[in-house]
Amino acid sequence: MSGYGEEFQKLIEAVEASRPARVEMAKRGEAFPALTMTQREEWLGKYHPDYKDEGRRAVKVGPNEGQVFPEEVSELLESKSILSDLKIDLSKPDYETDLLVIGAGGAGTAAALAASDQGLKVLVSTKLRHGDSNTVMAEGGIQGADQEGDSPYFHYLDVIGGGHFTNDPALVGAMTNDAPIIIDWLERMGMMFDKFPDGRMKVRHGGGTSRKRMHSAGDMTGAEIMRVVRDEARNRTDTIDILEFSPAVELLTDDNGDVTGAVLYNLETKEYYVVRAKSVLISSGGFGRLHIQGFPTTNHYGATADGIIMAYRAGAALQDLDSTQYHPTGVVYPEQNVGLLITEKVRGLGAQLVNIDGEQFCFPLEPRDVESACVIRECLDIEKGIVTPTGRPGVWLDSPMIDILHGEGTVRKELPAKYIQFKRYGIDISKQPMLIYPTLHYQNGGIKIGADAATSVPGLFGAGEVAGGVHGRNRLMGNSLLDVLVFGRRAGLAAAEHAGKTKGDGKLTLGHVTEFEKSLKDAGIKKPTVGPIILPDYTPDHVKSRQWC
Amino acid sequence: MAAKKKTKVVPLSVGDKTIPPEGAKMIPIYVMGKRYIIPETLTLMKAIEYVGYKYTRGCGCRGGICGACGTFYRFEGDYKLRTGLACQTVAEENMIIAQLPFFPSNRPNYDLENQKGTPHEELRALYPEVFKCVGCGTCTRTCPMDIDVMDYVALMKRGDLRGAAQKSFDCVMCGLCASRCPAQISQFTAAMYVRRVTGKKIFPKAEHLTNRVEEINTGKYAKMHKELAEKGKEELKELYVKREREPDMSEQGKWLPEDKENL
Repeated sequence: MSGYGEEFQKLIEAVEASRPARVEMAKRGEAFPALTMTQREEWLGKYHPDYKDEGRRAVKVGPNEGQVFPEEVSELLESKSILSDLKIDLSKPDYETDLLVIGAGGAGTAAALAASDQGLKVLVSTKLRHGDSNTVMAEGGIQGADQEGDSPYFHYLDVIGGGHFTNDPALVGAMTNDAPIIIDWLERMGMMFDKFPDGRMKVRHGGGTSRKRMHSAGDMTGAEIMRVVRDEARNRTDTIDILEFSPAVELLTDDNGDVTGAVLYNLETKEYYVVRAKSVLISSGGFGRLHIQGFPTTNHYGATADGIIMAYRAGAALQDLDSTQYHPTGVVYPEQNVGLLITEKVRGLGAQLVNIDGEQFCFPLEPRDVESACVIRECLDIEKGIVTPTGRPGVWLDSPMIDILHGEGTVRKELPAKYIQFKRYGIDISKQPMLIYPTLHYQNGGIKIGADAATSVPGLFGAGEVAGGVHGRNRLMGNSLLDVLVFGRRAGLAAAEHAGKTKGDGKLTLGHVTEFEKSLKDAGIKKPTVGPIILPDYTPDHVKSRQWC
Repeated sequence: MAAKKKTKVVPLSVGDKTIPPEGAKMIPIYVMGKRYIIPETLTLMKAIEYVGYKYTRGCGCRGGICGACGTFYRFEGDYKLRTGLACQTVAEENMIIAQLPFFPSNRPNYDLENQKGTPHEELRALYPEVFKCVGCGTCTRTCPMDIDVMDYVALMKRGDLRGAAQKSFDCVMCGLCASRCPAQISQFTAAMYVRRVTGKKIFPKAEHLTNRVEEINTGKYAKMHKELAEKGKEELKELYVKREREPDMSEQGKWLPEDKENL
């Protein structure tokens, strides 16, 4: 592979021609004007995929009956259990534990550590390996108001304004209040934050922040966080037990409908395990791999909404699940990198978005949904986008500005992973711009929780991307790593409290599933799909049409 | 290359499936020794899916950072053993591929809060094999992240833990280095310990952070948040629009906003 072809090289000349003037402007501290609040609303309504009617429909059953969700989500919310046709023996649990954690990304691991600190025995069930999650993929950073000119008060305003004032205030308060506590916790566990020689945290702006409070560890902040918390969990073999490749496929409830355990499924031996737990936490992440409206995604392989579906069957209410975050800067070229995320840090460091004529067309650090709407508008309405050889639209992200603004070598130093990812295909992002278009990035909503991570079902907790409310209808960069750890830790503590009040002899039944499936029938859903789907299917049609089973 | 100007386009709805460019050349590859024909330009991961495999192990983030898809390969007729991440390596003609989804590694437990010796002494106690490195450089040649593994092992031996931590920072913990080490070292787990001990004991602590945590523990901000939560949307909007933006080039630890009441 030899980078950009001749025609792209020619188009890049327009970007290079306008660059000196744009750099001069940036140096003077002048920026492209941001949209007004009225413009924001108008552009979102016209260009953001969430605001369109097509591809969405009302769900016919369950606690959120009548609410409109993306088609892919509604179908799974109306799915039947994998266990429906199986005989399974619930009389003898294979595992008994204080806390069962479903999903071992950042939230689940933080919860396991917090519960372990409280002396609980924790069983962690995970679909893939410990740490396979969107947490490892978060690149740009984690917010926390720990500088003198900042405070959790301003962090709160940024979060709730970024979420268009649709957020749950109690959750925003919890997250912004705990943020420095989490950063401190990570520092004490030995996370290698980007720091000044005297130990002061290096912080930056992100989209929609009023203060510089984005902490980072190179451009692999999430990976470093995950490495550290996972390593600490591995040190605690006495209290934390981890079952990899054994996802939960159904919750278990007692006669009151309280959650008392779960059924796990060993993906390799195909056998099931029955778990009894005093508290159950769902921290199984989001729905990126459902490819809402056909968008490519930045999400990891296991992001198939399993937790949402199980919790919904058990009666847990959902919030804002119709709201999807499209990250404004997903790769559209080269084809091998399509859907991959270009961290917002690139724009935080000064790179601008420019169109085919080399013109800037938006403020580079709008809230993400607004920024995405700007890019979609530029490509599909203004028609000043670039089209790749495989027909994908995009605009330029002018990364070479970074070295010009901050000194030669900044791109390689601050964005090492991104630099390598493009270098492989012959593109030097410190010298050449990248082609980007919005990509499906984050599930804004999810299971409704309180500040203690409790769901509407006793015994069941939710934390991380699987839960909704804290970001409202739009999340700012650097608040997802924060969210998973804050609510993971809070869930661990609350689960410990709940476990203390529970005997641990809860009856194990699938009563809620029987009831839910009856409601499917009553709603006239004759052939429900089977859920959770556990893993996405990328088998091409030419193979699929010839497979025996 | 057809990069057209001002053409009306509709975004393609294909999820994660790759669209091979028109007229893509078809090439043979060998998945664990078995021959398949695929369109050129796919990554190994997408090629393996294209021929009909569905992953359980060996696939994680699909973005080059989780370390699930470490892969060995050779070209037919070439003695040289090569490595890459399946999600990041482009399939080429006559590649013979085998992924390594798991490799047993040595990882002793430790308690970072209660260590008696110096970090270097503790490293020696936890991973004595690190000090038996024979310096063959196979690990460095094996690393799919282009990390100079042998060099960070040398730094560990010498006691330059900060250097080893920084040199190993890009590690995705795929374990390919350990699978090839003649001294049977699990380089990547030793490096994990070294990074944590560096972050905790060698980097100076952030004082402003400790101070802020103390302030939080007084309940000061919970009170402010409660007041904010009671405000109506219009009032919040006003506060949001009014808030001062810290300049991009401000000096950290020095800059203060006009509104100091809410700090």
